[in-house]
Formats: sequence, C-alpha cells, structure tokens
Amino acid sequence: MSISKKDVEHVANLARLALTEEETNIYTEQLNSILGFFEKLDELDTSEIKPTSHAFNITNVFREDKAGESLPREKALKNAPEQKDGQFKVPTVMEG
Amino acid sequence: MAYETVIGLEVHAELSTESKIFCDCSTEFGAPANSHTCPVCLGHPGVLPVINKQAVEFAMKAALALNCEISTETKFDRKNYFYPDSPKAYQISQYDKPIGKNGWIEIEVNGEKKIIRINRLHMEEDAGKSTHSEFGDGTLVDFNRVGVPLIEIVSEADMRSPEEARTYLEKLKAIIQYTGVSDVKMEEGSLRCDANISLRPEGQEEFGTKTELKNMNTFKGVQRGLEYEVKRQTRVLKSGGEVVQETIRWNEEKGITVSMRSKEEAHDYRYFPDPDLVDMVIDEEWIERVKASLPELPDVRKARYVEQFGLTDYDADILTSSKALADFFEATLEYTKDAKSAANWIMGDLLRYLNEEGIELEESKVTPKHLGEMLQMIEKGTISGKIGKTVFKEMLDAGKDAQTIVKEKGLVQITDEGEIANIVEAVIENNPQSVEDYRSGKQQAIGFLVGQVMKETKGKANPQLVNKLIIENL
Repeated sequence: MSISKKDVEHVANLARLALTEEETNIYTEQLNSILGFFEKLDELDTSEIKPTSHAFNITNVFREDKAGESLPREKALKNAPEQKDGQFKVPTVMEG
Repeated sequence: MAYETVIGLEVHAELSTESKIFCDCSTEFGAPANSHTCPVCLGHPGVLPVINKQAVEFAMKAALALNCEISTETKFDRKNYFYPDSPKAYQISQYDKPIGKNGWIEIEVNGEKKIIRINRLHMEEDAGKSTHSEFGDGTLVDFNRVGVPLIEIVSEADMRSPEEARTYLEKLKAIIQYTGVSDVKMEEGSLRCDANISLRPEGQEEFGTKTELKNMNTFKGVQRGLEYEVKRQTRVLKSGGEVVQETIRWNEEKGITVSMRSKEEAHDYRYFPDPDLVDMVIDEEWIERVKASLPELPDVRKARYVEQFGLTDYDADILTSSKALADFFEATLEYTKDAKSAANWIMGDLLRYLNEEGIELEESKVTPKHLGEMLQMIEKGTISGKIGKTVFKEMLDAGKDAQTIVKEKGLVQITDEGEIANIVEAVIENNPQSVEDYRSGKQQAIGFLVGQVMKETKGKANPQLVNKLIIENL
C-alpha cells in the first residue's frame, strides 16, 4: 500500500489542517516510509489471530448508574473563547 | 409507470438512566444549560470514560424485546466528525459489533399483519443541543445532553407506505415503553426518527435512489413528511428526472420538505475501536437474567385480553397500545368483573377526555379505583349508565370518587316505583299524540315517552323501571 499526495490532502482536510505544498510532499514521503516499515509485519501469518482492539486482556469494566456531582457552570465554561447565557458560543453553523 | 415506495427507519431512543453513559453527570431533562457537564463529557484531554452498566442492560432489554440476537462480544467505537454539538470531535458509538442484531417486530395495517425486520440495535452517546441565532450572530451550545445514553434502532427497508412506517414507529414506541428503558416521548426528543425513502418501478428488485428525511417530531409528522416525499419523488421520476440523493428536512408548519445544503464531500467517519473503553463480553447467564426481567409485551398482552376477557381484537389493540393504559384497565378489573364495560369506559370517555385535554393518562386525576367503584354503582343500579357519564366527567375534572360525586350532586337513581309511576302518568297525560302513535303500532313512540320521563327526573330514573311502567300504563 502506498500513500498518494491526494490521500495526505484528504486526511489533512478531515483533520482541518492546512498544509503547504512542501509539507504535503514531506508527509507523503514520511507516511509512505512508515507504512513500508509496517509492511514487514505482513511476513507473519496472522490468519489465526483475532483482531485486537486493546493491549490489555480485560473486559467488562463498568460503573454503577449513580449520578454524582457535575462541574459548576462557571468552571465548565471557563475555557470557552466566547460564552453567552451560560452557553458556549461558536460561529454560526447551519445544519447540514 | 407505477412506483413502489420503499422506506427504512432509523430510530433513536434516550435511555432512562440516572447518569450519563460514560460519566456520572445527571441525565435530568430541563436543567439550566451546561449545569450537567464534567471533564469526561466535555471531552477534556486525559479523562477516562467508564461504561454505565445500566445503560448496557437497558440496551439489551430493548434488543431482546425487539427479538434481536445479543452479541456476546461487543464494543464501542469512535465516529469522527467535527460539529459544535460534539465537544470531543467524535461520537462514541458502535460500528461493527452492535449489541443487538437481526430482530423483527410485527405490525398490522388495514387488517394485514406484516413482519418488519430490524437490522441492528446499537448504543451510542447523545450530542449537545445547539441553538442557532436568528440574526446569524453565532450558535449557542448546551452540553447537558452530551453523553446521555441512546439506542439507535435501524430497520430494514421493509416498509412499503408512509402508513406502514408510522405503524412501525408506533409499535416500536409501545414495545420500548413497555420495557421501561426509555420515556419514548417524541415531543421531548427522547424518541427521534429519521427515514430513508426511495421509489422503484413496480416489480423491480433494485432499490431506487433514496433521500434521507429528518426532523419529523410527531407520529403524524412522520407519515405526512413521507407522504409528501412520495409525491415529490413520483413527480420527479414521472417527468423523466432523477432523484438526487440528499438529506431533506420536514417543515411541519409549511407541510413541505426542504433540501438541506448538500455536502461538499461525503462523510468519512473513520470509525475505530475506542481505546479508552474495553470490550464487553455478554454471557448467556446475563442475557437470561435480562430476558427474565422483561414484562409481558404488547402482542402477548393483546392476545391475552382477547382470550381472557373476550375483548375484540380492535379493543385489545387500543388498550395495550400503551402500558399505562393497559395497567389502568387491569387495575380497574380489581373492582369489577365486567371487562367489556370497563374497556368501553376507558376507550370511550377516558381516552376522549385525555385527547381533548391533550394530557397523558398519568397526568389525569382519575384512578382505576374511582372508575371501578363507579362501575359497581352502575351494576348495582345505584346510578344509571347515563348518569355515569356525568359522574365520570366530574371524576376526571375534580378527581373525586364516585360515591362523593353522586352524593354531592344528588344523582342517586330513583328506583322507587311509586315515585316513578307518578311521573309516568303525568308524561302520558301530557303527550296524547305519542300514546296514540304507540297504540296504533308505532313501537318507537315509547322511546320518546321514556325520554320525557328521564328529562323530568334529570336522568335519574331507573330506565328499566320506566320502560316497564310505561308499557303497563299503556
């Protein structure tokens, strides 16, 4: 598998990153070499191995359904660049 | 060319847990904006979400009630997208291992039963609530709802008309409401519905291009929105055009669908397993335990009403359409054996009242005991059925019991033969024409005379007695 410049632009766009032409070239090259390294793993036979989503072998970590204390509103809003009427204020978004 | 409608629904229901799905913030509805948030649900860095066990059990319960298989191995995934109502820039949802799959429910439309398959039922967290300024000067976001547990129920595209879609949704609501895992109130947003709808030439196997219809906030809205869309798509296809795949919004006030701004690029959610949440393993014993906690569901209860109380299919259907109504009916039967009569009062006077007032049964003042005692009074002949209507109205308005109302208003039925006889004589004397009619063979003239006696006694005379005495007198 190799990564094209277009892939890098797409991923950058999804992450809302503005890359310069030069950066795009560098990342394309770097990502390809990283993936190339990972391709070494393909030499192993993993057909009998279950896909792993976690490094730990634990399951079913739950909490009981009890409501506790929430943050005071001022604290919750403290990092908001803008606020109004106890709410986070963001630039206008139109749905869709 | 004739077209066939194909509809599939995606339904979200908020689970009635006390706390959110991954943190212990309260799920209380209507609290001041941003008063139920914490670093976990606000998506601050370095926090550790932990799964609410009750939310998992509620989801299992709903899944089992909808005849789903429970996945013995299930997990949470991240669905990545940027939107201000999602502070983490991803929603924790379930991608390839939903907790429930391959379910079905049965619906009945115009006397025909039909199975609607359910593709999957998965858990996810709710998003925040954004309010868009009318003046375009910003959007306000309240994160109280972020992290409230949801189940999303995805049907197969098995519905063939807007009416079927509405019936499916009503049935789904009833079943979930019976399980008690959600309030399922569309008006409060604890039940939400999106629809995928397409048309195809009759007989064609392949689906046509679909549109996704959003923002239908009432059951009627779902049906009307879909009906509008059927007409719109038919018009497009008949004029040789093509349906464009897009998301559209139902505008309830104007009664039209509006295209939402089309997206510049297709969604790319990049789902991946949430590294903060470990996998869940659900064993047979757990499934059995949840299964055992399921109450009697609407279909079973309906069948029992027909069998046990001799009610018609139609009556049993109405009574079991909501758990509260069915419970009310059965509680009333602790006071009377006449199930048919109890059913009639509930479906007639009670439901009519609730509709007129626009309230839920739980909000009304009448209790099964009140209704049951009133039915006893009718059975015993203390009051007539007609007076019962007056008494019942008063019960609903004032929340008093039948005894008190009858006493206060002097509504006790007149069963004293002498007293009625006097009135009957007077009525016969004052209505010679009717007497003449009756004697010349017009049986129905007697109805008028009975009516006059009832009028004189303000409806309190025992009708059987009045009938008897008039016939004797004539």
